[in-house]
Amino acid sequence: MLNTIDILQTLDMLDRQHLDIRTVTLGVNLLDCAHPDIDTCAQRVYDKICRRAEKLLPVTQGIESELGIPIVNKRISVTPIAMVAQASEAEDYTPVAAAMDKAAKTCGVDFIGGFSALVQKGLTDGDRKLIESIPRALSETDLVCACVNVGSTKAGLNMDAVAAMGRVVKETAALTADRGSLGCAKLVVFCNAVEDNPFMAGAFHGPGEPECAVNVGVSGPGVVHTALKSVRGRPFDEVAELVKKTAFRITRMGQLVARTAADRLGVPFGVVDLSLAPTPAVGDSVARILEEMGLETCGTHGTTAALALLNDAVKKGGLMASGRVGGLSGAFIPVSEDEGMIAAAKSGVLTVDKLEAMTCVCSVGLDMIAVPGDTPAETISAIIADEAAIGMVNNKTTAVRLIPAVGCKVGDSVDFGGLLGTAPIMPVHPERATDFIARGGHIPAPLHSLKN
Amino acid sequence: MKAIVSVFSKDRIGIIADVCAALAKMRVNVLDLSQTIMDGLFTMVMLVDTATSDLSFGEIQQSLAESGEALGLNIRIQRKDIFDSMHQI
Repeated sequence: MLNTIDILQTLDMLDRQHLDIRTVTLGVNLLDCAHPDIDTCAQRVYDKICRRAEKLLPVTQGIESELGIPIVNKRISVTPIAMVAQASEAEDYTPVAAAMDKAAKTCGVDFIGGFSALVQKGLTDGDRKLIESIPRALSETDLVCACVNVGSTKAGLNMDAVAAMGRVVKETAALTADRGSLGCAKLVVFCNAVEDNPFMAGAFHGPGEPECAVNVGVSGPGVVHTALKSVRGRPFDEVAELVKKTAFRITRMGQLVARTAADRLGVPFGVVDLSLAPTPAVGDSVARILEEMGLETCGTHGTTAALALLNDAVKKGGLMASGRVGGLSGAFIPVSEDEGMIAAAKSGVLTVDKLEAMTCVCSVGLDMIAVPGDTPAETISAIIADEAAIGMVNNKTTAVRLIPAVGCKVGDSVDFGGLLGTAPIMPVHPERATDFIARGGHIPAPLHSLKN
Repeated sequence: MKAIVSVFSKDRIGIIADVCAALAKMRVNVLDLSQTIMDGLFTMVMLVDTATSDLSFGEIQQSLAESGEALGLNIRIQRKDIFDSMHQI
């Protein structure tokens, strides 16, 4: 029987509340592409990605059309390239990034992730070469995303890698200065990185993953925001309950898309990432959800508590809706990609320090934050260290995606276009952490890592 | 395949007839139908079965979109699964 109210509610979510599938990401194993000659390795990488992902675009477009729901991004994630390329003697892995870029363009996807290294405990020669290749690789490609995991709850923090990544972020900003330092928007530094994350720029196909897998990231801040308008002034229990129900509906749709895509691509269904991912469009903001709970401006006192409730309710609601949950799962707070966050940052209410506190309770970390172009590499490393420490101690994924926009200062904005949005330059503390970062070495794993 | 056809338009005489004629031409069977006027807007939701048609889902979609344009209606067809998945456990 027809339930007209349910159908009209869904249509309204699609038409006016920006309900969409944020990404269908095909994970592809590239371990079998290793070769002593880097150019042969790159050719193998290109061939394999094209072979495995050739149907991704037509399949996802077909699902979009049949279900009437936009799938905003189609992406590919691959095995961390440090593992694939280190069979070669080459010092520079940029040719592999170029092959990834070319394959992504051939397949018609939006981004390809996995120019990555996992160095939480230490660096192999290949990891070092990959990290050194990142600035050039990101400046010479359009669609390649890179990430480096510098810490974990089990291994502690690799402070040599933290120091190196501060320099890599700066160098990437410099090499892409003509594009607003855009390269840094495609570079994430993780603690406790997950192997099945469908979201960029931090997606890679982990070594524990199957040959191929379809991972789906859902979205829906606009839907949650609209729903919350019906419980204005009501106790938080009712807010949590409503967010859970809404997240359930959004995630069920993600599950349907993931299963359908997996069947048609003939690859296993990986995970649904229970995410609230904003876009710069008005009505698609996580910050506005927090403000709907009663905060005058996102970033003021109470923001962390509001985000904690939201993040938890999204997970609880989504968990039952999906057969397999993974990825980062929770509310995202990328500043430049969220209209409300941009406004709050411009007003000065939302600061980097407050964002750091918020990352203790949300799904990821300091994301898409533009800082002055003259921010020293050591300060960026120190910000990475703080954020990684939060992830390490709290058993959660944290990440840093900072853009030290060359030539920009506080009060300026840098426009990346599209979903990457516009980032107001946010101030960082001018006091230096140079000696702290110069120590290098390793911050030991916390006591609660010893669970066996 | 079961699908939902939704139609929104300024009200006028003959909308249901026009939509049903377009569906009948493609041999798409109407199983259920609900229509009302919401805030002055003609709003109709139909449950249809496309299995009786020789056309693919994409062709039906395309043809309905063209009919909608010619008739001045906002009309679309979506697989029923999306509504079931969101509202039924």
